Amino acid sequence: MPDSSTPLKSTPLFDRHVALGARMVPFAGYNMPVQYDGVLAEHKWTRESAGLFDVSHMGQARLTGADAVATLETLTPTDFATLVLGKQKYSLLLNAEGGILDDWMVSRPEGNGFFLVVNAACKDQDFEILAENIIGDSHFEVLGDRALLALQGPKAKDVMQSVCPAACELYFMECGSFDLLGQTAFVSRSGYTGEDGFEISVPNAIVGELWDLLLTHDVVKPIGLGARDSLRLEAGMPLYGHEMDVGYTLVEANLGFAMQKSRLTRGDIRGIDRIRQQLDGGLDRVRVAIRVLEGPPAREGAKILSEDGAELGIVTSGVPSPSLGYSIAMGYVPPASSALGTKLKLEVRGKPYAAEIVTLPFVKNGYHRKPKA
Amino acid sequence: MKFTKDHEWVEVTGDTALVGITAYAANALGDVVFVEVPAPGTALKKGDSFAVVESVKAASDVYAPVSGDVIDANNDLTSSPDTVNASPEGAGWIAKVKLTNPSELDELMDRDAYEAYLSTL
Repeated sequence: MPDSSTPLKSTPLFDRHVALGARMVPFAGYNMPVQYDGVLAEHKWTRESAGLFDVSHMGQARLTGADAVATLETLTPTDFATLVLGKQKYSLLLNAEGGILDDWMVSRPEGNGFFLVVNAACKDQDFEILAENIIGDSHFEVLGDRALLALQGPKAKDVMQSVCPAACELYFMECGSFDLLGQTAFVSRSGYTGEDGFEISVPNAIVGELWDLLLTHDVVKPIGLGARDSLRLEAGMPLYGHEMDVGYTLVEANLGFAMQKSRLTRGDIRGIDRIRQQLDGGLDRVRVAIRVLEGPPAREGAKILSEDGAELGIVTSGVPSPSLGYSIAMGYVPPASSALGTKLKLEVRGKPYAAEIVTLPFVKNGYHRKPKA
Repeated sequence: MKFTKDHEWVEVTGDTALVGITAYAANALGDVVFVEVPAPGTALKKGDSFAVVESVKAASDVYAPVSGDVIDANNDLTSSPDTVNASPEGAGWIAKVKLTNPSELDELMDRDAYEAYLSTL
């Protein structure tokens, strides 16, 4: 985590955020917009239209060379040999014990290796680990000269149709390299809201022009980190530092989709013994989705109790859901208390309130999935 | 109406007073989606947290601007928390208290002093 005494960094869009009336807050060492018009309005706009997010604080890097797959597989549980050109995978950076150091989006938008997007708060650590673990013929390069925008929502595709029509051919978790405003853009059809949408990596030099161009569309509004958090929570997506950190494994965090069976069979995953033992039933806690049935919102740190008051675990994120009209939360409970419909209590300001385990995601996603052949 | 540095207001009528949060506080919080009001009968000491106002992002304590016994609470806020944004210094009042130490009012700011204080923030 960045030291609070170091000066805040800015993205290339700082002046634009201020001009748009954003409330700026420190986040992961950056001065970032938490809201423009208001979290509720921005959240709903993204669900109904198209929201534009500046996520240029996130880390971007490229890994190339014949042994790039080997390098990535040393550090993650993901099968990267099967990540072909034009596809994207969710992955996890693991420590030697299988604890989660960060979560990544890894894609192959061009023939030249893998493109990584990592969390802002973890990027210095991640890049150091990558640089130290380079295997054979692989070359690692931090793309510090690139910015990242996310355009999310059911109308995102209509806007992309005029800005970068070729990118509209992508399905969910696909990516490509496209010409945009005379520069090379890496575009993926994915995001952090549960909606259809795109993440667009462009050189810093043109991100202002692209931001302005996207905002000329009436269906697009700028969205701050406040709504980004409530949107990802409704989509059931974990946030590093909340639902996961080095203390959790991917089995506990319910992120098994970041691990492929081929890797499990090979057994060359960091912390493999612990992961296997947990998969075989030796699991003490697991991430669940919780609906609050009464009382105030339960937020990070709230205790999860059984109906008769026994302590089961802790809430890792919680929010009054703007889309659903009731409060939702994610947290950890023992597997025996994780079945759908299990009644719980959440303790807020010393008082227990009724809640129950529900299914993830809380809000149905709107992904543009490739039709099954 | 008198004000605190924590952005609560108090409006005195006789020996009772309405208390709430200021327009500045309501704007800073953003959309209020949940309000926890105090139960009548609660004895408040000046500075006690007596209510909670929550936005999508966070929960904020509301501190008693004066000491007093809660004689009524604005239960309409339970079903319409957004009233705190629409009318923070009117229909969005949070509690009615019977003052137990009226001299505390002298320590609070009047409107002009509060506005001058806001301009320093």
